Amino acid sequence: MEERRLGIVVSGSLTRGVEVRLDSAISVEDIAVGRYVTIEGEKRRFFGMITDVTLDASDPGLMTTPPDVSDPFIVEVLCGTSIFGRLHVLPSLTLGSDAMSLLEGPQPVKTVPTHFSVVRESSEEDVARVFGQVEEKQFYIGTPLDMETKVRLNPEELVKRSSGVFGKSGTGKTFLARLILIGIIQEGAAVNLVFDMHSEYGWEGTSEDNRKVKALKQLFPSKVAVFALDEESARRRKVSTDFIVEIGYGEIEPEDITMLRETLGLTEAAVQATYRLARRFGERKWLESFLAIEGREELGELAQSLGEHEATIAALHRRLDSLKRLRFLVPQARDNTIQRILEYLDRGMNVVLEFGRYTDYTAYILVANLLTRRIHAQYRERMEQAMGEDITKPRPLVITIEEAHRFLSQELAGQTIFGTIAREMRKYNVTLLVIDQRPSGIDEEVMSQIGTKITCLLDNERDIDSVLTGVSGKSELKAVLAKLDSKQQALIFGHAVPMPVVVRTREYGSPQSYKELGFREALELKKQAEDEAKDLWG
Amino acid sequence: MGRIDSPPKIGEVIEASTSEFTAQCYELHQPPPFGSLVKTREGDVEIYGVVLRAATTSIEPGRRPIARGRDEEEEEGIYRASPQLEKLLRTDFTALVVGHNAGRGGVETENDEKLHHYLPPRPARIHSFVYLCDLKESARFSQSLDFLSILVGAGGQADELIAASLRYAAAAHQEPRDFLTRAGREVAVLLGGETNRLTTILRRIKW
Repeated sequence: MEERRLGIVVSGSLTRGVEVRLDSAISVEDIAVGRYVTIEGEKRRFFGMITDVTLDASDPGLMTTPPDVSDPFIVEVLCGTSIFGRLHVLPSLTLGSDAMSLLEGPQPVKTVPTHFSVVRESSEEDVARVFGQVEEKQFYIGTPLDMETKVRLNPEELVKRSSGVFGKSGTGKTFLARLILIGIIQEGAAVNLVFDMHSEYGWEGTSEDNRKVKALKQLFPSKVAVFALDEESARRRKVSTDFIVEIGYGEIEPEDITMLRETLGLTEAAVQATYRLARRFGERKWLESFLAIEGREELGELAQSLGEHEATIAALHRRLDSLKRLRFLVPQARDNTIQRILEYLDRGMNVVLEFGRYTDYTAYILVANLLTRRIHAQYRERMEQAMGEDITKPRPLVITIEEAHRFLSQELAGQTIFGTIAREMRKYNVTLLVIDQRPSGIDEEVMSQIGTKITCLLDNERDIDSVLTGVSGKSELKAVLAKLDSKQQALIFGHAVPMPVVVRTREYGSPQSYKELGFREALELKKQAEDEAKDLWG
Repeated sequence: MGRIDSPPKIGEVIEASTSEFTAQCYELHQPPPFGSLVKTREGDVEIYGVVLRAATTSIEPGRRPIARGRDEEEEEGIYRASPQLEKLLRTDFTALVVGHNAGRGGVETENDEKLHHYLPPRPARIHSFVYLCDLKESARFSQSLDFLSILVGAGGQADELIAASLRYAAAAHQEPRDFLTRAGREVAVLLGGETNRLTTILRRIKW
C-alpha cells in the first residue's frame, strides 16, 4: 500500500536538513514532530525525521491583510496554494533499492534528495528495515510515534559503551532504566551492578500512579540477586535479600573521603589531612584509629604531630564521626562484600544493591564509589590477564548509577572511578549506565563518551545542550526533545540505534507486559513442570 | 465545410490578430455573454476565444445615434417607429484567443489531445463564422486550466474576465464547486504574490 503523500522537497542542505512543502490535502495539524518520513529521491530513498513544522505564505501581504476566512470556498482555494505548511526534515539514512544495498542495509546520508522529490509517511516496513526486525525473544524498547513497528535497542551494542538515561524528574527515567536493564538481562548481553538509591530496581518499584510494579528480581529470580545495605527496610518491604552488605572501616580509603568533600562539607585541607592520617595509622586502620580518638587534647596533639591546624583536624573528626550513623559501616565487617559481589557477577548473576533508608548522598556516593573502585580494579586485572594469556575475558559489566552528576561533575570526573570508566570506555569490559536529571552537571568530556543517550523530556536549556553535545542535527533534535510528552516518550540516539528515534516506550506494569518479558507466575511454572514430567514419564 | 452538429453561428470575424479576433453579431444586441467560450476557424484549425468585450455602435464611425424616445411609451416602440435603426446599428464583440484545435484533415474527434490551450499558428480569417460553444464543448475545453495564464495577462479587465469565464465554465461542469476550487487554486498559483487580485477574483466566483 502506498503511504500517504505529504509533499515535496523544495530546498535544503545536508547539514541543515531539507524543507518540504506540504500538499494542500495535508493539514499541518496532522503532522507531529518526531515522526518518520521517507523521501523518494531519484536514485535512492531517504529516511528522516520531521523536526519542525512551519506555516508559510507565498505573499507576505496575506499575513498583514488576511482574506475572508469565514468563507469555506476561499479557505479551500488558498490552503495549499497561497498559504501552506512546510516541514523541516532531517534525513539520516538512505535506503537503496538494488540487491547490493538491500544487503548492506540503511546507510548514513551523504547527500540530499533532488528538488521536488516526493515525501511520504514512512511505512512500517521502512521503519522495520531501519531499526531491524525484532524477533520473538528479542528486546525492544518501544514503538516510534504513531507506528506499530518495534524499535530494537540492541543490548549487545548498548553495553559496549556507556549509556545515559536523562530527563527531568517525573518523566519516567527509572521506568526506562528498568526496561533497559531488563533488556540487558533478558538477552544476557552483560551482567549488571545496580546502585539502587531508592530501592526501585531490585524487588519492586512504584509507577507514577503509585501502583506497584515488579522489578528485576521478580522477573528473573534466577538471574538477579538483591544486596541490601539496610536489612530492616528490606525486611519491612518483604524483599527477599541475598546478602546484607557491611563495610568495614578498613575498606574506606582517603580517596573515598575526597568524593564526599561536598556532601560532608569538608575543606580542601581536611581532605588532604586524611592522606596524612592514612600514612600515620596505615591504610586499613586510619579511620578506625582516628574515630577512636576522643577528647580535644588528644586531637590537638595529633594535629600538632601531623603539622595540621587543630581546627582542621577537629572539624574532620566531627564530620567523619557523622559517618557512624550509617549502620552498615562497622569496625569489622563479617564478610567481604566486594568478593561476594564479584562471585555473583562471575556466575552471571546481576546484583542490585538496595540502599533502603540510606537515601542521602553521603551513603550513596561513599558506597557506590568504594565498591566500584575495587570491582573495577579486579576487572582490570583480569582483563589484562586475559589479554596476556589468551584466556576468556570476564563478562561485560554494566554499572548503573543514579544522580550521576554527583559523581561525574566537572570537579570530580577527573578523580572518581566513574569518570575513569566513562572515559576508558569498554577497554576493561566495564561500562556505565548513568541516570540523571541534570545532565548539564556532568563533565563535558564524560558526556561526549556516552555512546547511547536515552532522554525523556528536558526543559532546561543547558541540560538540553549538554545532552545534544556533538550530535549532528543538534538544533533540529533540540526542537524534538523539548516537545516530547512528559510521559512514556523518549528520544534515543547514539550507538545502539541507527538514527535518532522518538519512541513511545513499551507498556510496563501489567500482567501482559510481564509475560511478554518472560515472567511466569508460580502456578504457571508449576503446571509446566508437571506437564513436562507427564511428557517424560507418560 | 458545414458540420452536422455545429451550434448555430452567431457572427462573423471582421478583424483578427494572433491573440484576439473581433466579430460582428448577426443579431443586434445579441452578443455572446462576457466570458463565454466562442470559436471560429482558420482552415482546418478551430480557434477558441473567450469573449472579452462587446459593444453596440453606429455603423458609421462619427455618426452617433440620437435619442428618439421622448414620445414613446416603451423602449421597443422606438424600434417599431424607426425600423431602419436595426440597419444603422451594429453589435461587435472581441474574443481573446485562448486555444486552438489543430485539426487534421478536418476530422472531428472526441480526443482531447488535439486541444491546445495556447495561441494558434495563424490568426482567424476575416469572414470566418463564429459559433458559441455549447456546454459540452465548454466543459471539454476547460478540463485543462492552462488558458487561465492567457487571461491573467489580459490587461485592465483581466480579473473580471477570469471570474466571468470561470463562472461560465463552471456551469458546464458536473460538479461546479469542485471545478471552481480547482480553478481557484490555479489562479492562486498564477497570481502568486498578488493577493488582492486573487481575493477579488475569488469573491467573484465563490460558490
